Amino acid sequence: MWRDALLVAGKDLRIEGRSRVALNQVLPFAVLVLVLFAFALDPDRGVLERAAAGLYWVAVLFSALLAVQRSQAVESGDGTADALRLSGLDPAGVFLGKAGAVALQLLVLEALLGVGVVVLYGVAPAGLGLLVVTALAATAGLAAAGTLYGVIAAGLRVRETLLPLLLLPVLAPVLIAATRASETALSGVSSGVPAGSWLALLVTFAMVYLGFGVVAFGPLLEDA
Amino acid sequence: MDPAVRLRSAVCLLGRFPALSGIDLDVRRGEVVAVEGPNGAGKTTLLRALAGLVPVTGGVAEVLGVDLRTARRKVRPRVALLSQAGGLYDELTVADNLRFWARAAGRSMAAVEEAMAELGLDGRLADVAAGRLSTGQRRRVALAALVTRDSELWLLDEPHAGLDAAGRDLVDALVLGAARRGATVVLVSHELERAAALSVRTVSIVGGRTVLGATPAAPLPRPSDQEAAGVA
Repeated sequence: MWRDALLVAGKDLRIEGRSRVALNQVLPFAVLVLVLFAFALDPDRGVLERAAAGLYWVAVLFSALLAVQRSQAVESGDGTADALRLSGLDPAGVFLGKAGAVALQLLVLEALLGVGVVVLYGVAPAGLGLLVVTALAATAGLAAAGTLYGVIAAGLRVRETLLPLLLLPVLAPVLIAATRASETALSGVSSGVPAGSWLALLVTFAMVYLGFGVVAFGPLLEDA
Repeated sequence: MDPAVRLRSAVCLLGRFPALSGIDLDVRRGEVVAVEGPNGAGKTTLLRALAGLVPVTGGVAEVLGVDLRTARRKVRPRVALLSQAGGLYDELTVADNLRFWARAAGRSMAAVEEAMAELGLDGRLADVAAGRLSTGQRRRVALAALVTRDSELWLLDEPHAGLDAAGRDLVDALVLGAARRGATVVLVSHELERAAALSVRTVSIVGGRTVLGATPAAPLPRPSDQEAAGVA
């Protein structure tokens, strides 16, 4: 399973390296979202600073949608889905590989967006360690759930428009928990629920979807 | 020894549409069989069913001793399917595509190099992205992936399509070479004369049913006999 995961992740990352869709399209899109939020809320700098964590994760969420769609689109052309089914690769390995590649791309994007938030919104993170752990846990959940729902949508018509409808409600807990934990990391002050609880929610979400994906990806791939 | 393929009144439903509505077919191990029929007869679905990609919902269906009705996924690693789509990632180079599929099938990189040389892909083409290839070149890459896989059962859907004369001769040589090594080949082709020359038997399908050639009627000739008869 792990060998297959590495093989698939390497293939997806090589494809990204050649096509640079994440670099040339997803990243500019995410930066654009941040800039538009800044334009919309700029008259009140205080609001922008207070909302920075939420705006950042909304931008990440939209970018994750694009990354997942791209990850599935790679497998939808020229009979590659059939070839993948015939390959003998462990479906669980395929799931982990595709989710891993999406996660790695998102982590790079999150790091660059983080710089954008500091520059555009004028925030200075007080707890960098907490931010990093939050990003890792949230990204694992986003990539796992995204890859799982991506293959579900791949088997349906109008998949491009259906995926956001299916995925965004599912990812709402990640958005909420990542935002709350990030707010604590940015301000250094816990408001109500401690950051550890939000982190626990993120880790649980990621574990549930990783486990579900390992088990269910095979049957779902059959219908894709 | 079990036959490579044994179908009795096999039925395949695509949604509610019966793409195969009563296929009978016996193919012995090492045999080369051509399948012909009009458009929409179910030839491609037949190959996909034999590869374990679409479920057989009725009748008897066994491939390489595996019951397709209960365990069709088990047959997949043992077959190679050349579909009309090539199964290539456009962004990856020819060499990267072949290496990926070879690693997935647990094959060595030496097998990749051999297949690339055999298909004339070892020169500058090796580093060209698959998306930039012509139809014929893509076909050659798909064939190289097939050769690398070295499977027990080859399922070829229009293997000569899009190829020039040299490429078509190469396909013929590959098919005969595979049969010589003991592989079974089922090929679908609209090039009836070429397919008939390659194969021991031609099976006709109309409306999802076998109408001719479902079972072997004569002893199996060796590939070397076919070559001696001037097939290659």
